[in-house]
Amino acid sequence: MAYKTLTKAIMIAGLALGVSAAASAADKKLMMGASTSMLANNCQGCHGTDGASVGPASPTIAGLSKDYFIEVMEGFASGDVKATIMDRIAKGYNKKEIEQLADHYAGLPFVKAVQTFDPSQVKKGAKLHDKYCEKCHAEGGNSAEDDAGVLAGQWTQWVKWSMDDFQAGHREAPKKMNKKVKKMLSKEGSAGIDALLNYYASQQK
Amino acid sequence: MKITRRGFIQTAGAATAVGMVGVPFIAKGAGKKVVVVGGGTGGATAAKYIRLADPSLDVTLIEPNKEYYTCYLSNEVLSGDRSLASIRFGYDGLRKHGVKVVHEMATGIDANARKVMTSGGRSFSYDRCVVAPGIDFRWDTIEGYDANVAKKIPHAWKAGNQTRTLRSQLISMRDGGTVVIASPPNPFRCPPGPYERASQIAMYLQREKPKSKVIILDAKPKFSKQGLFKAAWTKLYGFGTDNAIIEWRGQQEEAGVVEVDANTRTVTTAFGDEIKADVLNVIPAQKAGKIAHAAGLTNDKGWCPIDLGTFESKMHAGIHVIGDASIATGMPKSGYSANSQAKVCAAAVVAMLNGQEPGSPSYINTCYSIAGKDYAFSVAAVYRLAEDRSKITAVSAGLTPGDASPEQLAREVQYAYSWYENITSDIFK
Repeated sequence: MAYKTLTKAIMIAGLALGVSAAASAADKKLMMGASTSMLANNCQGCHGTDGASVGPASPTIAGLSKDYFIEVMEGFASGDVKATIMDRIAKGYNKKEIEQLADHYAGLPFVKAVQTFDPSQVKKGAKLHDKYCEKCHAEGGNSAEDDAGVLAGQWTQWVKWSMDDFQAGHREAPKKMNKKVKKMLSKEGSAGIDALLNYYASQQK
Repeated sequence: MKITRRGFIQTAGAATAVGMVGVPFIAKGAGKKVVVVGGGTGGATAAKYIRLADPSLDVTLIEPNKEYYTCYLSNEVLSGDRSLASIRFGYDGLRKHGVKVVHEMATGIDANARKVMTSGGRSFSYDRCVVAPGIDFRWDTIEGYDANVAKKIPHAWKAGNQTRTLRSQLISMRDGGTVVIASPPNPFRCPPGPYERASQIAMYLQREKPKSKVIILDAKPKFSKQGLFKAAWTKLYGFGTDNAIIEWRGQQEEAGVVEVDANTRTVTTAFGDEIKADVLNVIPAQKAGKIAHAAGLTNDKGWCPIDLGTFESKMHAGIHVIGDASIATGMPKSGYSANSQAKVCAAAVVAMLNGQEPGSPSYINTCYSIAGKDYAFSVAAVYRLAEDRSKITAVSAGLTPGDASPEQLAREVQYAYSWYENITSDIFK
């Protein structure tokens, strides 16, 4: 399942934006060609050793699809994906380096978050997932192969904020997702989102 | 390709090629010895990451304390939002990675004989040594303030007992009291720290002792994240009004503290003003930690000159210095900087012990300040090394925008906690 709406024209142009904040970078030639592990070390202070976040809000970045990782990083750099600090950080990597990181983390296991959830919501959440989300977030939100985000076992706080951002238009969703989310909300209201979040949080193994 | 990030992308190809022309792989570093001096953020990270990169290396960490308290987030202990126990870490995690932990004080380093001497009268030989001593204070810069006085009038710039003392003084203070924070001159550990501290104390006072206030007496004309702090103080603590809970006086008013009267808790500023405090927090000027001086690793300003790509000392070959004690030109003295530098250094040490050329470095810093309830902001930067090795150069950098929404500021608090949980497990677990 493609998740390509973000890529559009931002691939290179987007990455060229915003270096002005670090004007000094223009003054000197820089030593490039850092190894993948050297680059990946930079992510782990916030996203956990080997990309497995211990929470409570930074998402786990291990075990994601390579394409998804690249699209989100490029979205941060271009401003298409709302961020608190990732917009500032994503601009520090060029296209090749983002690919290196995407490859690296795609090859590491997604470690599911151990977090609290409301067990009474799980069944409803599972049902809603099957109806509205499973087509792209396959295997109950576990699969990375569909190039959509892994939802099962991701930190709830982050999934919730992402849904907030999609709904507020701060992050562009694929057309199909927009349609499905709207439909789900019109029938279930925000309680539907809560049920989904609890379903994803309940998957801890 | 016309659209380039100037030097950044242009040099990528060339530098990659250079990186590959290293000395060819000869042998694993099997059995070679690394001694890490200091088990704070930098030292503990280096010890762990050296073992992760090459488990055949023999890594010994020398650290006198059995527990380490992080300075970062210790300001939340002062407001009561966090327990002291929550910022405490032990060394069992490092032992699980095969690091030998020795709880003694390093007293000297013989760079020629390549060994580290300890308070226990032992000596540890090394092939490479990593020194992460953190900071020491320039006790001679404020009259009437020294290590002994600091037991009663805390600096709380090394967390633990000092944090506990300051917290208990805040609890005992009468409503209507004045807290004075003497903020140090540059360079010092954690540039936004004194101002986050003022914010956290103000939050506590507002809740529990609303007639009280915090006065920051600053040796500097301006400070880190100044615009963001002042905006937060205006919004949350009446900054600039008659009812302000936080007041800041800078070098413009010659407000730096030059003298402390410990008995009356009165400070004298450079201008000559005398201010009596109910709770007094004096953060003195700083220099590299003690062992760096004993080992001859410091320059005339008291900090450690290093090669910015490997963190090897410019004073003594075979010894690397990381974290607050090092002169990491271009990076702030922060916990995340120390963690990042430790990883760059670890990779270099492992390469050198295996007869390889160290690769191209990449560094990061993110620093959150929690100014109040649901109100935090950050500075973040990603760095590369200048080809002439003269500067760790930001390739992207920035602050939380001044017009950030309340929602964003609230999220940054949760991301600050996420950073804390993740980085402390990256260091100690």
